[in-house]
Amino acid sequence: LTQGFWRTQAWGQPPLQAPAGAELWVWFQPTVTNVDKAWKELSNVLSGIFCASLNFIDSTNTVTPTASFKPLGLANGTDHHLLRYAVLPREVVCTENLTPWKKLLPCGSKAGLAVLLKAERLFHSSYHSQAVHIRPVCRDASCLAVSWELRQTLTVVFDTFSSGQGKKDWSLFKMFSRTLTDTCPLASQSKVYVDISPKNKEKELLEVTPTPASVHEAIVQGDKRTYAVYDLLSPSLFNTSRSLNVQLKWKRPQDSSELPTPVLHAQRYVSGYGLQTGEISTLIYNTHPYRAFPVILLETVPWYLRLYVHTLTIITKGKENKPSYIHYQPAQDRRRPHLLEMLIQLPANSVTKITIQFERALLKWTEYPPDPNHGFYVSSSVLSALVPSISAMKNMDVEQSPLFTSLFPSSDGSSYFVRLYTEPLLVNLPTPDFSMPYNVICLTCTVVAVCYGSFYNLLTRTFHVEEPSRGGLAKRLANVIRKFRGVPPL
Amino acid sequence: MGLLSDPHCRRALSRLVLRLNTPLCVLSYVAGLGWFLALAFQPLAPRTYMSENAMGSTMVEEQFVFGERALSYAREFAGHKKKAGGMPVAWLEKTMWNLGLEVHKQPFSRTLPFPDETRERYMVKGTNVYGILRAPRAASTEALVLSVPCSEGPHNNQAVGLMLALASYFRGQIYWAKDIIFLVNEHDLLGMEAWLEAYHDVNITEVRSSGTLGRAGAIQAAIALELSSDVVTSFDVAVEGLNGQLPNLDLLNLFHAFCQKNGLLCTIQGKLQRSDWDSLPAYAHSLQTLLLMVLAQASGRPRGDHGLFLRYRIEAITLRGINSFRQYKYDMTTVGKTLEGMFRKLNNLLERLHQSYFFYLLPSLSRFVSIGVYMPAFGFLILVLILKISFWAEREGSVGRGEGGQGPSPPLPLPESRPGLLALVPPLLICHAAGLALYFLPVLGQRVATQHFPVSESEAVVLTVIAIYVAGMALPHNTHRVLAGGGGGSDRGWMTLKLLALLALALQLGCLALLNFSLGFLLAATMVPAAAAAAPTGPKPVLAALLVLATPAVTLLLAIFLQRELLEAPASAGEGWQLFLAALAEGLLQHHLYGSFLCPFLALGAYPCWLLFWNVLFWK
Repeated sequence: LTQGFWRTQAWGQPPLQAPAGAELWVWFQPTVTNVDKAWKELSNVLSGIFCASLNFIDSTNTVTPTASFKPLGLANGTDHHLLRYAVLPREVVCTENLTPWKKLLPCGSKAGLAVLLKAERLFHSSYHSQAVHIRPVCRDASCLAVSWELRQTLTVVFDTFSSGQGKKDWSLFKMFSRTLTDTCPLASQSKVYVDISPKNKEKELLEVTPTPASVHEAIVQGDKRTYAVYDLLSPSLFNTSRSLNVQLKWKRPQDSSELPTPVLHAQRYVSGYGLQTGEISTLIYNTHPYRAFPVILLETVPWYLRLYVHTLTIITKGKENKPSYIHYQPAQDRRRPHLLEMLIQLPANSVTKITIQFERALLKWTEYPPDPNHGFYVSSSVLSALVPSISAMKNMDVEQSPLFTSLFPSSDGSSYFVRLYTEPLLVNLPTPDFSMPYNVICLTCTVVAVCYGSFYNLLTRTFHVEEPSRGGLAKRLANVIRKFRGVPPL
Repeated sequence: MGLLSDPHCRRALSRLVLRLNTPLCVLSYVAGLGWFLALAFQPLAPRTYMSENAMGSTMVEEQFVFGERALSYAREFAGHKKKAGGMPVAWLEKTMWNLGLEVHKQPFSRTLPFPDETRERYMVKGTNVYGILRAPRAASTEALVLSVPCSEGPHNNQAVGLMLALASYFRGQIYWAKDIIFLVNEHDLLGMEAWLEAYHDVNITEVRSSGTLGRAGAIQAAIALELSSDVVTSFDVAVEGLNGQLPNLDLLNLFHAFCQKNGLLCTIQGKLQRSDWDSLPAYAHSLQTLLLMVLAQASGRPRGDHGLFLRYRIEAITLRGINSFRQYKYDMTTVGKTLEGMFRKLNNLLERLHQSYFFYLLPSLSRFVSIGVYMPAFGFLILVLILKISFWAEREGSVGRGEGGQGPSPPLPLPESRPGLLALVPPLLICHAAGLALYFLPVLGQRVATQHFPVSESEAVVLTVIAIYVAGMALPHNTHRVLAGGGGGSDRGWMTLKLLALLALALQLGCLALLNFSLGFLLAATMVPAAAAAAPTGPKPVLAALLVLATPAVTLLLAIFLQRELLEAPASAGEGWQLFLAALAEGLLQHHLYGSFLCPFLALGAYPCWLLFWNVLFWK
């Protein structure tokens, strides 16, 4: 459940991005016979648990991607018919969704790190994304039994610019208006990591207080990062002061020090004007200096935008780029959305532009949602890629840092997996004027009545020429006789 | 309807139409003009009101207090502009970045079809700079635009300053639900067109622009600001966009509401509203305002940078700060508060502005005339043409039926052999060829013209237009004789031609009035009487003079004089002629640069149609 959009260009690669609104994807067990029914039930149950409108997930916004999503954890399912994926871009996330999420935590929001999660601060931010991931894992090293792992993640971006008058300093108290005082007694691990990676090998620009007990170095998303670690379970931490308030200060004011642009980022927009046709354009950037890599693009477009697949063009550096794999499932009106999956090779240091034209459908007047002039959302497209890293990576020790390996999995030493979402789109459909049904009814009735009346009149009226009467019976008889005689009639 | 299907009634009706044709036409024409003049009568025009719920219910409390900061930004901008000799791109980028905006720039270039002499530009190169304020917790699906032109000389520095001050204030607020784009566009409309085309990724005109753009979803509304003084006495609001498109009336109402709240004086067409409405001078005043609006809308020229937004269905207005000799002045803080209020209200919008009127005329800022009220004025004018069409069709019919015709028209003296419609083909072809030449030749032939005559390109284009226009009238208009032989030149021939011309005119004007009422009405008011009267039988010099007066070019000339008269700055004949020449060049440029349809409409539609009437008049 996400509110806001992760600005990849300004904030860097996301640790765990999610599309705006609600996203749900599930791999069902092979034992499930009726996947659609199970999917419907599951979404309704989750809707109840998280107070979200997940019950609006139905066949018109559910797709079955073939390549973009792979089962996580101990499953090795390949039958993609067991997969269901849906996004509700219009969903608004708020406190009501946060509370049930917090209740899943072992100590609720009573103790431990969770005391920081104060709703009023969390939603006073630029980006808020909360998620629940469930997957089967090995119970122990021998992996004889399967356990279920429930992971809850919360990503929040605070805008220190507007609250700190242009300075980038922060502290836990400033952000959450709380400090850490104790740990959750149920926790076996409770740590705070602060990214203090030095930029471009200069002198250290920032300082954190209190001084961290230990420093953890890891390679995350192809970049070497340094983290200050505060272990809440170590008794020394709360010895000096009763609470932990991590602070970060920049030693000198920074001007326009941008983050290095991420290797892979994307942008999507609707082009064209008018209410008949339009074009969805996606720009995918590969800023890697010398490595090309493939990316899987998944587009889900609602049925009321009729895609013209023959207009699909993929252009890289002025040349056409042929995707090596295309899976397209056309939409069915009022039943299922378009699904377009492509595997595209991105050359090094390039921009790839993917365009596809669409026509806007006319809906029935009962099908318009409330506020129809607001527009209709098209959910984010999903980019999945193994991005080659710029600096070499060594395989991380799973035992040593389970958090990092699960958050930032890397298949081998040279690349890491990234899943990116583009912006959702807002498209206007031709909308009738709902405030004037009366006028419309009156006008149509008048026109129909007038046309119908006169046409009916003209069609049913029989015209006949009035002839002077032919005379009586005698005259007719006389004429018949005259006809026989060959004399002109009277 | 029984009336029409009953042959007796129908005959009676057609007889009535035929017998009273001329009086009915005159009556209808007078009724049309009278109706139009009555539109300015204040009690007939209802007060404007806010239709959009999201903007109407609650007033926002404005807290913008950074007027001084705006002025210091303005001075800094002026300094850097002077140093850079144009748009200070680097400074703007840095300043916007420091304000915490996401900054983008867009270089563009455009070669005009011929040099623009009034603005002295031919090969234009420029850069638009804009910063996007990303709304927190919103997915960049909707945006608002505040645009300011970076013009030459000391103009609009204060507008840039105010925009930056507003940006820095807006950045600190948390209530934004839509992204806000702060745009500084160079070369006014050219830059705006380049930016809009790049933003929507279309290429309608031949603007070339480069660079990747930051986008912020669908733009919901835009406000263009022009401000050239530290203090203002009033604000003038411009609504007319390209091709006479108008923004939703609610946007105007919003501006009006905030002006009233902050006590700002606001004008439309440079005319302040009068408080009394029942006196004759007040009526004259609102008629002036109305006529000015009609003239501005008919010209199809965007009256500000906002005009180009309307094509993309983005509601937009231009606000111009005026500093006159009035005593009471308003500082930047008040102006900033007004803008802040407007933006916050627009931010509250749930939907695009769609509730209120899109077709209206404004006799004053607080009163409006809706489409349902002003259309009958045009309807009466078109009725003249329809009456005439029915008249000629009826006569045509009766003539065709020969002596047995039942119409009241006197049967023709000699029953003729049926001259086919073939005779009408040459005049039609010639007229439309003249129109095509008028449309294509001036721009294509400018090089040839400058080689052979001592004129500049721009003059060459304008003079070619006039030459072709006048030459069209002198074309051989009796070609039908060649085809149809001696007998072709009969009454029947010109009647059919006139019928065709009337049909074409009625169709063109009818369609035009739906797109741009003002233009349709002005053309109808001038062309209809001449078109109705044109016939080779009447007093030729009078009719010819009437027809020449009704030609679109003369209408344009007269409209220029009328407009200067209404602005209380009457133009002398020479000045008017100069303005006329400038307007011709401007019209052509508008078409090529922004896609205005006035020029092709006149060249390909109205002018050939008018030539047909000319043809009818000189039928032999």
